[in-house]
Amino acid sequence: MRIMRIFGHLETILATLLIGGFLSATLARLAPGFSADEQELDFRLSAESIRQIRESHAQQRNILHFYFNYLKRAIHGDLGTSRSLGQPVRQLIADRLPITVRLCGLGLLVGWTVGLALAIAVVMAQVRVLDVFAAGLAGTFLSLPAAVLALLFVYFNAPASLAISLIVFPKLFSFSRNLLAQSYGLPHIITARAKGLGSARIFGWHVLPVAGPQMLALAGVSVSMALGAAIPVEALCGIPGIGQLAWQAALGRDLSLLVTVTVLVTVVTLAANTGSDLAMDMFRGQQA
Amino acid sequence: MSGLQKFACWTLAAIVLGGIAVSIIVPADYTVQFRETPNAAPTHQHLLGTDELGRDRLARVLYGTRISLLLAPAAAFLSTLMAALIGVVSGYLGSWCERLALAVTDLVLSLPWLFLMLAVRAVLPLNVSPLTSVVTTFLLLGLLGWAASARVLCTGTRILRNSDFILQARASGLHGFRLLAVHVIPNLKPVLYAQFLISVPVFILSEANLGILGLGVAEPLPSWGSLLRELEGWGGFSTEPWKLAPMLLLILVVSCFQVILAREEVSA
Repeated sequence: MRIMRIFGHLETILATLLIGGFLSATLARLAPGFSADEQELDFRLSAESIRQIRESHAQQRNILHFYFNYLKRAIHGDLGTSRSLGQPVRQLIADRLPITVRLCGLGLLVGWTVGLALAIAVVMAQVRVLDVFAAGLAGTFLSLPAAVLALLFVYFNAPASLAISLIVFPKLFSFSRNLLAQSYGLPHIITARAKGLGSARIFGWHVLPVAGPQMLALAGVSVSMALGAAIPVEALCGIPGIGQLAWQAALGRDLSLLVTVTVLVTVVTLAANTGSDLAMDMFRGQQA
Repeated sequence: MSGLQKFACWTLAAIVLGGIAVSIIVPADYTVQFRETPNAAPTHQHLLGTDELGRDRLARVLYGTRISLLLAPAAAFLSTLMAALIGVVSGYLGSWCERLALAVTDLVLSLPWLFLMLAVRAVLPLNVSPLTSVVTTFLLLGLLGWAASARVLCTGTRILRNSDFILQARASGLHGFRLLAVHVIPNLKPVLYAQFLISVPVFILSEANLGILGLGVAEPLPSWGSLLRELEGWGGFSTEPWKLAPMLLLILVVSCFQVILAREEVSA
């Protein structure tokens, strides 16, 4: 049964990749100036050379042809060459991916620790002042664009991973707080509290099993949040990761690079969601 | 409505009014340059000082407020309309239509929002007139932001479709568009309203992010995104605290929406 679910998820990832890739390729193909090449402006080239350059672009005009060529090359590990940076896309991604993974990983770790700890404290303590303070703090960070936070981090010379954690923390806090508050309101937990069961025991034995699966689902979603936050943080803090690469590609209208990066990030997001789904299944299976 | 929510509504109304009545509040237009006083500190003439081109910062903040607060709701309206069309129709028709709509929705939702925005924005020309850039930015937000709302509306419609009163209406001979218009859509109004309100601050923040990254509204038109770019060369709290005005205004507006939303989400 679990294997079937894994296959189901893999099918979804593959379908998303193929359809998403096709839509992205269409987007790239239809963009203005797609078939234009700076080389054509070189006055030293003869008419014959210019004609050959144009012919090489002509075969890319058919969207399906362009897409199948792109897929065929991608299967062999050739993701093309970046127009704006003049380097193989595969090399660019291989160089920058570890930086983003480290940045987002650290950001998520701190964001989850702070968000969850604050949510548990608010729900368990049930002190109005703490609730208002935490809600106000989360609300303030939720109202700040990620890019502004990144600029403030540049000004204060603070670590960029902390910016990622401050971007994901308010969402994680709000969701965890609501989830834990709902769980604490369940009749069997109220009964357990009335019978005098200790806070730690109630949390570990009764609240966590109820809130756990949804927390795991949130863990999958938080990866997407962190990757989204990586664009402004890396771009403005000068960190050479995937987010900065996407931003440079957007400014340089390097669509083939941008498309590849977007598809890659989508796959990472889907893989994270799949992982959290499977973890949820295992969690529920253990409970049953 | 609690006192805090009333306060949030009044604050928003005051800010919107400030954006509309900008020509009365500040004498200068957002493009007028005071060339003798670039990068000036606040004075009686320029309450928030001037930017590096000598333009009155208060005028630019208020004109930016007008643009962001006028176009973000317009984009939210467009995205809610698209979500209603896709979500309600697919949820009402069910079977393959619903499955197809949900598959497309999942596909869009699996693409990280800012990456998607960046990719689509980059496809469109970057070197365009300011008016085109502002329309493009918000139109894009409206056209790409429908997926999450469509999912919620599709689920809501499916629940309604299987409810007893819809069954009774069908038995009474009500079908098709009339059933949708008379019974389904009016019952989804709170959800539609909540989805609209959720989208407005999301679009305001997205425009700000795009603006700071240089992919938003083009100069000389001001928007919160382009105004916040000034923070790149910020001198600090002690020397240039007035440069934080657009950021504080943005926090205030988005916080107001959050306070109002807390109630709408509960009622939806």
